Amino acid sequence: MSGFLGSTVGKKYLMGITGLIWAGFVLAHMAGNLLIFVSHDAYNAYGHALTSGNIIYVAETVLVLALIVHVFCAISLTKNNREAKEQRYAVAAGGKKKVSLASRTMAIQGSLILVFVILHLITFKYGTHYETTVNGVVMRDLARLMVEVFQSPGYIAWYVVALILLGFHLSHGVGSTFQSLGLMEGTYRDTWKKLSYTYAVVVALGFISQPVFIFLNGN
Amino acid sequence: MSGKHINLTLKVWRQKGPQDKGAFAEYQAKNVSEDASFLEMLDAVNEELVAKGDEPIAFDHDCREGICGTCGFVIDGEAHGPMKSTTVCQLHMRNFNDGATLTIEPFRAKAFPMIKDLMVDRSALDRIISSGGYISANTGNAVDANAILVPKPDADEAMSSATCIGCGACVAACKNASAALFTSAKISHMALLPQGQVERKERAIRMVGAMDAEGFGACTTTGACEAACPKEIQLTNISRMNREFFVANVTKRPKHKDGGAG
Repeated sequence: MSGFLGSTVGKKYLMGITGLIWAGFVLAHMAGNLLIFVSHDAYNAYGHALTSGNIIYVAETVLVLALIVHVFCAISLTKNNREAKEQRYAVAAGGKKKVSLASRTMAIQGSLILVFVILHLITFKYGTHYETTVNGVVMRDLARLMVEVFQSPGYIAWYVVALILLGFHLSHGVGSTFQSLGLMEGTYRDTWKKLSYTYAVVVALGFISQPVFIFLNGN
Repeated sequence: MSGKHINLTLKVWRQKGPQDKGAFAEYQAKNVSEDASFLEMLDAVNEELVAKGDEPIAFDHDCREGICGTCGFVIDGEAHGPMKSTTVCQLHMRNFNDGATLTIEPFRAKAFPMIKDLMVDRSALDRIISSGGYISANTGNAVDANAILVPKPDADEAMSSATCIGCGACVAACKNASAALFTSAKISHMALLPQGQVERKERAIRMVGAMDAEGFGACTTTGACEAACPKEIQLTNISRMNREFFVANVTKRPKHKDGGAG
């Protein structure tokens, strides 16, 4: 297997599988966050339930490992790809043979998203610890922190930009994963493509809706 | 020939040899017939250069029918120019506007070393083919047609993959200079046919290995190769190659330590 993982194709398999793990996570994260539209108590209770058991450690370990592999392969492949194209063209393709911006800038998007993830963890996971009581159980009041954070237009702007980037990254990444894993063939080609675009739009808009809603509501 | 004529400004990459630094030089292509091919237009420019005692622009070409894969360079950032499924020899001047300035560059890739001007050495592609792009067949009389049955959809798919002419436009168009489309077309062509089954796994492993060893980049699915391909080789081939390579790696059997009969 070392020959497989050492090859460019093998590294793309790793990129794809680890990317899918994160794609599953962001979808679940986005869906869970939508509880803020139900009520602050529901949102806090959901967060409390997630962090109460041991499963959170398993999930975090898997995610961190997947992220390390994803980033490691990305750096290795990008370095190799840049070396393979020592000299660029004086003029960029602009007509029928132009390619999408999302596909050309995956490494930049990925780097910015990584910065966002780290800042996001500092703001929320390791942010101010408020407490509240829901149904007699004392738990962290994440909803309060969220409302506080999303009062700042600057923060919201950065958040929205980062999530649009995430949307682009997912739209190209998820579709490419099916390609890399060898599933993008024949009949299902367009289906996979549509699925990845739809998925990316749903995740990005779902995430963006929350801070925008909180800001506009003023509470 | 009658018809409309146009004037163009050409910015052409001139490089005396592999060691030369190279730079763009500007030329005027005057009174170019719209019915001329791009190579014929360059021929006329070269004749003027020769008449002036200058070195003509070196470019690869052979059949000029779009079927041999010898010609190819980049026009305004697009491999084989702006038209889909067209080689530069079949690209006609009616597709350009009068007075336009065109930037002409060689195919750029580390695995395609520079020879001169618009000519690069694409023998890396030949080495990928020789690593596994063949079948072993017994010689003898040609077998009857349909003696080996091939399902029609497989035959069609194999045929469309086999139309690759190995021009290298996919590598040239790719921001990573990846040869994935080229390599996958050959792997697909043979994996889809019964004759290709004997060496199927070995072929996938060897050809992907050869592709990586030549210093081509990885596929990031931008689709630039498919858009540039004069033979419309599909991106799905790359997906098939990846699957072939994966399956070959996980299912290959260890080599026999002892050879011999039986």
